[in-house]
Amino acid sequence: MLGRGALLAALAGLLLAPWYGLENGVEDLASWPAGVAAPLVALLLGGDRWWLWPVVGLVALPVPALLAGRAPGRLLAWCGLAIMALVFAQGYAIGLHGAALPLLGTLPPQAALGWGGSLVVGGGIGLLAAGFAAQGRFGGDAFIALLVTGSAGLLLLFVFVPLATILAAAVLDEGHFAPGALIRRLSAPEAWSLACLSTHQGCGVVWNTTLLASLTATLSTLIGLAFALLSTRGQVRAQPAFRAMTILPLITPPFVVSLALIVLFGRTGLLTTALWDWFDIPRSRWIYGLPGVLLAQVLAQAPIAFVLLEGAVRAIGPSLEEAASTMGARRFTVFRTVTWPLLRPALAACLLLAFVESLADFGNPLVLGGDFDVLSTRIFFAIAGARNDPGRAAALALLLLALTFGAFALQALWLGRRKYTTVTGKGDSGVAAPLPRGLKFACGAVAWPWMIFTAAVYGIILVGGFVRDIGRGDMSFTWRHFLTGFEVEWLDGPAFRGSAWDSLFTTIEVAAISAPLTAGLGILLAWLLARQAFPGRRTLEFMTMLSFAIPGTVVGVSYIMAFNLPPVELTGTMLILVICFVFRNLPVGVRGGIAALAQIDKSLDEASATMGGSALQTLRRVVLPLLRPAIVAALAFSFVHAMTAVSAVIFLVSARHNLATVYIVGRVEAGEMALAIAYSTVLIVVMLVVVLGIEKLVGRAQIGRRVVGA
Amino acid sequence: MALRRTFMLAAVAFSTLLPGAARAQGNLTVYCSVQEEWCRPMMAAFERATGIRVAMTRKSSGETLTQIRAEAANPRGDVWWGGTGDPHMQAGQENLTEEYRSPRLAELQPWAVRQAEQARFRTVGIYAGALGYSYNTTELQRRRIAAPRCWADLTKPEFRGEVQVADPNTSGTSYTMLATLVQLMGEEPAFTYLTALHRNVNQYTRSGAAPARAAATGETLVGITFLHDAVTQKVNGAPVEIVAPCEGTGYEIGSMSIIRGARNMENARRFYDWALSPEAQAIAATANSFQLPSNRASPIPPQAPRFEDVRLIDYDFARWGSAEVRTQLLQRWDREVRAGAR
Repeated sequence: MLGRGALLAALAGLLLAPWYGLENGVEDLASWPAGVAAPLVALLLGGDRWWLWPVVGLVALPVPALLAGRAPGRLLAWCGLAIMALVFAQGYAIGLHGAALPLLGTLPPQAALGWGGSLVVGGGIGLLAAGFAAQGRFGGDAFIALLVTGSAGLLLLFVFVPLATILAAAVLDEGHFAPGALIRRLSAPEAWSLACLSTHQGCGVVWNTTLLASLTATLSTLIGLAFALLSTRGQVRAQPAFRAMTILPLITPPFVVSLALIVLFGRTGLLTTALWDWFDIPRSRWIYGLPGVLLAQVLAQAPIAFVLLEGAVRAIGPSLEEAASTMGARRFTVFRTVTWPLLRPALAACLLLAFVESLADFGNPLVLGGDFDVLSTRIFFAIAGARNDPGRAAALALLLLALTFGAFALQALWLGRRKYTTVTGKGDSGVAAPLPRGLKFACGAVAWPWMIFTAAVYGIILVGGFVRDIGRGDMSFTWRHFLTGFEVEWLDGPAFRGSAWDSLFTTIEVAAISAPLTAGLGILLAWLLARQAFPGRRTLEFMTMLSFAIPGTVVGVSYIMAFNLPPVELTGTMLILVICFVFRNLPVGVRGGIAALAQIDKSLDEASATMGGSALQTLRRVVLPLLRPAIVAALAFSFVHAMTAVSAVIFLVSARHNLATVYIVGRVEAGEMALAIAYSTVLIVVMLVVVLGIEKLVGRAQIGRRVVGA
Repeated sequence: MALRRTFMLAAVAFSTLLPGAARAQGNLTVYCSVQEEWCRPMMAAFERATGIRVAMTRKSSGETLTQIRAEAANPRGDVWWGGTGDPHMQAGQENLTEEYRSPRLAELQPWAVRQAEQARFRTVGIYAGALGYSYNTTELQRRRIAAPRCWADLTKPEFRGEVQVADPNTSGTSYTMLATLVQLMGEEPAFTYLTALHRNVNQYTRSGAAPARAAATGETLVGITFLHDAVTQKVNGAPVEIVAPCEGTGYEIGSMSIIRGARNMENARRFYDWALSPEAQAIAATANSFQLPSNRASPIPPQAPRFEDVRLIDYDFARWGSAEVRTQLLQRWDREVRAGAR
């Protein structure tokens, strides 16, 4: 079944679809089936693409066996593999200037792969998967085989290849292989210096980055936990406020918070001036540096921690807690010995997420860092600064990767091999225990001041767009900033004159395309990794997580390096933005899915399998409905991240496809804070509408459970 | 399932087609490295004048150079317009840009012609701006400090922690200051001066224009930038005063280059010639950009700091823009100035 489908795809790619990418888009289709839009078959008959004949042979090879219905798995697998290898090898060997290697002689140049090429490669993957399944691997299930090979192929192409491209730069010194240069770059004092302990100088960036990330992770997890406990167990009547306060930072472009912090706490900030006027507290620049960046990052991360932890607290089956209190344990003992340990996976996930996000954050250190340098900005300026040095940038990127993997290793160590399942197929009808009084008080003491602080920051952002210049304290009302950005004239229909429209439309489009792709692929991968045993599972998991660890700036430059030339030519398109977002945000979908699956007992899957359900049916009927909250989270998260990401896309945007955040960074650079804030307000509104819409459409998490007093 | 997969691949393949759509006849892709609000009217005016459709990306000159370098084997852009001259010179040295002698070369100011000659006609000056600093008058009065007039004033103890300047490693503006001081004073005295200045610097920003903004809001008392950046703040109503240092100062030449292998070479040349015309250069002032235009016939905006009022040094762009001198100066700055005590 799968084998035949794959064959069909490959045949369509050979016979119908244009083999090469079309420079001028759909207009070029006019010349089909000859000229630039010719399918492979026409090219071959034309005679000048003779090196592509083996592709046809490889596609034809398994046909008789498949039609007869008894295709040997080994044959299918090898054919699929060979097709892919051949298509890519010829694409790299013969490029825009003919043969890349002199020993191939002179060959006509060829362009990048197009529809035809993609279909044939897709067919190759299908054949490979069908072959594996026929050999009895992956439990003989063709669906799982296809998922594994397909996602591995995609990850290889869009995560591994760019990474390899840029890391190759780390060992190159002016085009030559130089391992000595790599060692020198990796051990440079700019990374490891400990000068700050003994002198006034700054420390190495590795220490700075680690310190910042650890503080951000700890603080945001604590604050998130306080909110989560209050909201689920605290019997507080402020749910809407909670949700608003925690959802707002989630949908804010990160550097906007930095701008608001400067307006509040800068040397001429509103609060600073007020304190100076009233209490003679001297004004200082404390906000520029570690405190400011930390504050901005915690503002962004704490809500994410809240969302993750809230879900985890809600999902804890109360029967264990009930059992503990029935046996006479006091409230606090129940919390300490039952609830807290069950929260561990979620806490670990929060810490890890905040840590890694802080490592990769670029916007906040850029705006607020002052003299405090972190790896992400250092890498950016090693590439885009006045002294360009890609080798140094790549070495710093390696260090950043090492930090991230260290964090993952620590997390695995802390969680160990314990089990955290509480939602099972068995009846589960308990009432969650309320919080111990002391804990509730402590949570409140953290949460309420933080809420007021968040409100102040957002007040600034809200007001900033509507006044002349909030940075200088000029508070007269004006529409000017919104007019510059979002003017619409009406001449036989709307004409979008404002300077921000282009980038806003592109941003929404890219985010809307990439979010469902990210969520779908992420949940599928999570299910594969958590529930299926197959060879290479750890490798696949590693590769999904890899893209999260690569700082955005490096991703951007590596995508340009890897995808600017045939056979895969994507620069300057919207597709490269979509792909970049999908693979950057994928790990969050996967992590969320895995965390959710960890709490759903495997016996449910097994029940479905025992009753004869295939893997696909089990996934659709049993797992996906239970995973709804995780799907919502993944959709919302990837949409929001696609709209707020800066560093990865700053090199990928093109004249035709510009993104909102890149535009805003430009405004900030030019000192036009007001327009930047106004545009951010619009972005926030758009994201708010979309996130609430997604929630409405997909529905909130509903795990059948008794309500208090019912 | 295979069918669904096929469909997905087809969708993906379909979108690969989209990029080319803009590359028919009559198109031009411009990388713009001045402020957005200047880029836009410029491109709109060119579209009106010629009917050629322009696709424009705005990025800082460092980012643009990185992009052009990465795309060298398969260029996406045609013209790189604006941005400080050093990266343009560097692009010329790396053979990333195309030699072109515009017929309008004869109409240009001598400094622009000299720079084009030094770059072997791979780039041309479109505007110039002198280096200097601006100070916040409100803050100055509050502290009762005498108004600074020279480079030397900035090292006085009353400016301790009150001077902001960009990091020369990340900003072309600040590198211009470094090179200017070395040319003005000689290398040894210049580094003595910079070490003294270091004690008064509160922050080395990453972007070159940021100190002008910080001075305008009062986040710092003095911000060292190109004068036109400070003028923009002043025109917007900020309480700043602009200073062209009394000892003399250096300047930047905002440049324009044609990217090697441009897909729309003919249109790129038309843009090049047009951008050097007085009409095109007059757009700057309407867009709040107050640099000196390079065409002798272009009107000079009244707010622009004129070169006649500024003591300019004879800045050698070829020497101080070259990679070796740059690396050597920056390394020395890192070692002796940045690492020093505050």
